[in-house]
Amino acid sequence: MAFDSFNEFIAMGGHAPYVWAAWAATAALLVAIVLHARAERRQLLRNLQRRARREQRLGVDQDEATKVSHQSGGNSS
Amino acid sequence: MWSFINKLRSPKWFYAISERLLPWFWVAAAALILVGSVWGLAFAPADYQQGNSFRIIYVHVPAAFLAQSIFVSMAVCGLVYMVWKIKVADMVAAMMAPLGAAMTFISLFSGAVWGVPTWGTWWMWDARLTSMLILFFLYLGVIALRGAFSSRDSASRAASVLAMVGVINIPIIKYSVDWWYTLHQPATFTVTGRVGMPMEMWVPLLIMVLGFYSFFIAVTLMRTRSEILRRESNKRWVRDLAGGER
Repeated sequence: MAFDSFNEFIAMGGHAPYVWAAWAATAALLVAIVLHARAERRQLLRNLQRRARREQRLGVDQDEATKVSHQSGGNSS
Repeated sequence: MWSFINKLRSPKWFYAISERLLPWFWVAAAALILVGSVWGLAFAPADYQQGNSFRIIYVHVPAAFLAQSIFVSMAVCGLVYMVWKIKVADMVAAMMAPLGAAMTFISLFSGAVWGVPTWGTWWMWDARLTSMLILFFLYLGVIALRGAFSSRDSASRAASVLAMVGVINIPIIKYSVDWWYTLHQPATFTVTGRVGMPMEMWVPLLIMVLGFYSFFIAVTLMRTRSEILRRESNKRWVRDLAGGER
């Protein structure tokens, strides 16, 4: 342990603003990247499931639906 | 060998294999970054000149490594896409660009914050700092270029070309500290050769670097899986997947 007490650890020998600003910015960005990746995946799966349900409800034949959505460009945003 | 390369072409195969690999990279990233952070922040000894401000190195160096590695990976993917028309390579490249930009930002920001107590300035037009800023703009350029075409194929080709041309900047970043030694110090962290710092400082840094690389691989695999679902949403296997996961 390089510090004698928790307060000394927080103070970082007078360099607290620099050390904690750099670390906090890094941590925040890494967390944001993970949350974004997770939200993106959930959104995509939701959309795919919604479409599968809709097509089933309409009784659309899957291959027929493929052809139609290809013509209209699909939802390949 | 050829059957392996043919498999790599298939988004479906990539989707299946990445599902198995992904948990390992997440666990490795979390464990390594956690251990490296505690070690680097609380247990590594203070630097005899810089005191505790040197602890910024544990986020600055891994981010700077990734910033450059991701750009090289993107250029390689661009080459693979241009030569062999492998779609997965383009999807991987597309997902890597924002992550690379984020890592470049972290290295620039943490470097600027570190510069205040160490150099007395947060910015100077030093060769290393300038070439990293150029890297950041190259990332933004690649991202913007992908959004600038209505045809996906044109966008992919343009982004691939920019990545392949922009990769020239990487050796410039690497050797900038030797060619124009103005402000930024030459490399102190090396895996091979003479280690420029005590072992108690170097080991946690190595752990952080490995943790950041695992994080990069995990995020890229996960987002490429999403991109596959997005681009292949009309394929039979993706539709079956959606039906099955209800």
